Amino acid sequence: MTVIGQGIDRIDGRQKVTGRARYAAEFTVPDEVHAVLVQSTIGAGAITGFDIDQAKGMPGVLAILAPDNAPKLSMQGGSQQTVRVPLLQDSAVYFNGQHVAVVVAETLEQANAAASQVRVRYRRDEPVTSMDAVLDQAYAPKHFRNGERPPDSQRGNPDMAFIGAAAKVDATYITPIEHHNPMEPHATIARWDGMRLTVWTATQAISGTQQTLAGLFGIDPKDVHVICPFVGGGFGCKGNTWPPATLAAMAAKVVDRPVKLVVTRAQMFTSNGYRPRTVQKLRFAADQEGTLVAMRHDGFSQMSQPALGEFAEPVGLATEMLYACPNVAVSHRLVATHASLPTYMRAPGLASGNFALESAIDELAVALNIDPLEFRLRNYADTEPHQNKPFASKALRECYRQGADAFGWSRRSAAPRSMRDGNTLIGWGMATSTYPTHRMPASVRVRVGANGAALVQVGTQDLGTGTYTVIAQIAADELGIPVERIQVEIGDSAFPHAPVSGGSMTVASVGPAVKAACEAVRAKMPANTGDFVEATVEAKPGEEEHRYAMHAFGAQFVEVRVDADLGAIRVSRFVGAFDAGRVMNAKTARSQLIGGIVYGLGMALLEETHVDGETGRIVNANIAEYLVPVNADVPDIQTILVENDELTSNPLGAKGIGELPMVGVAAAVANAVYHATGVRVRKVPIRIEDVLT
Amino acid sequence: MQAFKLTRPASLDAALAAAQGQDTKFIAGGTDLMQLLKDNVETPSHLVDIESVGPAGITVDGSGLRLEALARMSDVAAHPEVRGQWPVIAQALEASASPQVRNMGTIGGNLLQRTRCGYFRDTGFACNKRDPGSGCPAIAGENRMLAILGGSEHCIATHASDLAVALTALDAVLELRSPQGNRQVPITSFYRLPGDTPHLETVLEPGEMIAAAVVPASAAARNSHYLKLRDRASFEFALVSAAVALEVRDNTVRDVRVAAGGVGTRPWRLPEVEATLRGQTLNAEALRAASDHAADGAHPATQNAFKQVLLRRVVLRSLQTVAV
Repeated sequence: MTVIGQGIDRIDGRQKVTGRARYAAEFTVPDEVHAVLVQSTIGAGAITGFDIDQAKGMPGVLAILAPDNAPKLSMQGGSQQTVRVPLLQDSAVYFNGQHVAVVVAETLEQANAAASQVRVRYRRDEPVTSMDAVLDQAYAPKHFRNGERPPDSQRGNPDMAFIGAAAKVDATYITPIEHHNPMEPHATIARWDGMRLTVWTATQAISGTQQTLAGLFGIDPKDVHVICPFVGGGFGCKGNTWPPATLAAMAAKVVDRPVKLVVTRAQMFTSNGYRPRTVQKLRFAADQEGTLVAMRHDGFSQMSQPALGEFAEPVGLATEMLYACPNVAVSHRLVATHASLPTYMRAPGLASGNFALESAIDELAVALNIDPLEFRLRNYADTEPHQNKPFASKALRECYRQGADAFGWSRRSAAPRSMRDGNTLIGWGMATSTYPTHRMPASVRVRVGANGAALVQVGTQDLGTGTYTVIAQIAADELGIPVERIQVEIGDSAFPHAPVSGGSMTVASVGPAVKAACEAVRAKMPANTGDFVEATVEAKPGEEEHRYAMHAFGAQFVEVRVDADLGAIRVSRFVGAFDAGRVMNAKTARSQLIGGIVYGLGMALLEETHVDGETGRIVNANIAEYLVPVNADVPDIQTILVENDELTSNPLGAKGIGELPMVGVAAAVANAVYHATGVRVRKVPIRIEDVLT
Repeated sequence: MQAFKLTRPASLDAALAAAQGQDTKFIAGGTDLMQLLKDNVETPSHLVDIESVGPAGITVDGSGLRLEALARMSDVAAHPEVRGQWPVIAQALEASASPQVRNMGTIGGNLLQRTRCGYFRDTGFACNKRDPGSGCPAIAGENRMLAILGGSEHCIATHASDLAVALTALDAVLELRSPQGNRQVPITSFYRLPGDTPHLETVLEPGEMIAAAVVPASAAARNSHYLKLRDRASFEFALVSAAVALEVRDNTVRDVRVAAGGVGTRPWRLPEVEATLRGQTLNAEALRAASDHAADGAHPATQNAFKQVLLRRVVLRSLQTVAV
């Protein structure tokens, strides 16, 4: 019996619950001192000066770094996504909450006290605080999907097909700024030994951190040692190497001591990206039989000032491939504001885009008086319609069937406001989920000792998803060694190279390399006479990438209960059925599915970052007023993993599971709220006042 | 956070004596004050810790309920006689914060918690309450959660306490203590309207503390209820809430008390609702007619006009709950 797939406990679980798992800020480096960020309180303009005499004279203060005295960084090198602003390199202010100074002191308390006494003088410009007012100034992204494809696409002629169609939806959908808010804030300890830099930092990409810091400080990547054994959640905001890590290294250089810099919860709202606000204009049409004839999806996403970089929320990608429709056009545009740089957040593009896409599909089904699930089945894409390729596998039909059966979808009465429990309106909604199956090259070292114990080393990172455990399971099966005899070491740039833990691709990338390295060790074993056998092997995607379209799928079903008078919306039941390929660990997979669905419920009903229209400053930069779901908001969640043993996508058949479960949740809830109340809400979060009638 | 001196007196009198200097604050559970200190919203130079010396009793006698200032929120909520005779108090407390916060938070501290207005709690904004005369960006800004009643052109910050709403409905009297002696202030006179001095929130003098809240027993209090509406199911401040108490005899409303939270710059008593219902025959129409007055005099801001409708409905639902 294989260990892969079994719901074994996390091998790092005991370390975590006993507090022995050490996160970046929990390391203590001898002689370390503390840095605190000072951030701007204006939204646009320039720094004209500082009053720092008082702060400088406060107890314990070692240095105050500001644009006029901060070391100059190399603006070449690094990676394409290297974030170069704001790094105290000039006096421009691009957004409210921008880093403008760093205070270093012997203790954290001293640094905090001094930071609050740093006075900054500004020249103030008028900030653009809302994208909605300047949509007409939208521009096309220059590096959409890192330049891999153009921002727009079209097949057929959707505008022509729209004109005479039997049923139409022409609507605008809006998603808000959201922040990742992982439990662990960003934190870095930086120590220089001559020209060699060691950082303990919270990151989803130790390899990216190594590359970025080497580039910025003009040193060889081999001279940057990145250590990150545990990550307390990332959700995308630890994918890039954000300025606080760089500033910690800069401060350490200036004071010639190891520096610890922990970003505060409030500062997390302007230090490491966010899911940008989107305005999405959809024009969908179908014929009388319920066949989609036109889909146009024009997406606008909020950007910072272009000087900070570029990030476009790819909202139209699922619209291209999810349904068999001959006439489809998508476009992506950016709208510059005075905000910090947006970034990837759990299911980038898909979470926001599928809210619009799957709401509009529901609206069309309603217009045609066809059951929403039936409408989706009538437009099912058996081959990938955008690239006209076969799917490596697609068990979405099974997801629909098993999800609907478990939920009892066939008992739904179609009319809005037709299902009631006293004063409570009951609504049932559903939506489709999809997420692409990504894979990148990764290398793994495996060593098996004469005593039969194995060591697996790889420079990947565990965001809390179960990477340690899954690696051990894969190695156990390949080596025929029990999991307990396998030691997994990750989170260190000294280990073989692995990609960012993003895009739900860690297992698909690292897993095959674990497998290949184990195979190499096994092959060497018969000839071995020494104390151990070792192999380091790289595995990478092959031509299957070009021959097949590779995606995971899911079907989300939700019941909401809405107080008919008070408008309070509560989710009472949830069923999600997923084709995530081959599952590595039933237990950690279920945890990811539940977590993703809860994340989606937050998007549907709670999460929103509020920006002051006058100053561009975030008003709810804390987790009391930035609402994420608490236990009382989370209903019984049933998750179904639809069997799929396809091995075409990658040698393990893993499609990735971190992002898939949140896609479609917001639309399913919005569709359920419509079914309950008859009110179509085309923005999230859906609030009490949106359904008060 | 700024450096401060912490005094831990051995007795309440010593605490009161220690707190007579400038720039001094009492601290007990610290569930709100610690946040304010960390965010530099409060920057006292001296904290006097009264956690182990302050009065903490929960007592019931013929005249009513006495909640001393250092009683824990969780202990009051769990007290059998509170639950039986003043259910609105237990319900308001259980709808407050989280179990962990209620285990730390005290009655006095709860009544003196500061507003959740995001502009007040971030020193990067102007705020008349925090920095008198600097302006109120909330009035034209993000004001969905802010007040529709009792605001001024200088401040529309909502009062955050659920307990204070319940105590306002029940005509509680606060006992205040200072080295000069004790005095009693009805809770309905304790909180000030912001006017042009939003930084002055209560009638407490410097160095004076809340010693206890005294709540009369009544038939209405025994038939009381707290309804709190919020976006999140738990651990959130009120969007709109109502505390109601109702006494009905011979199908006639003998006594009715109604107060609202989440809508006012202080806990907001609704005398028009009470006057409309008092003496009436209890029926659905009477409840509706009374509730229709709940938002009388409201001045909504740009994002919270819906609170007027919501307030009427929350009051109606609460009255319906105790009218059965």
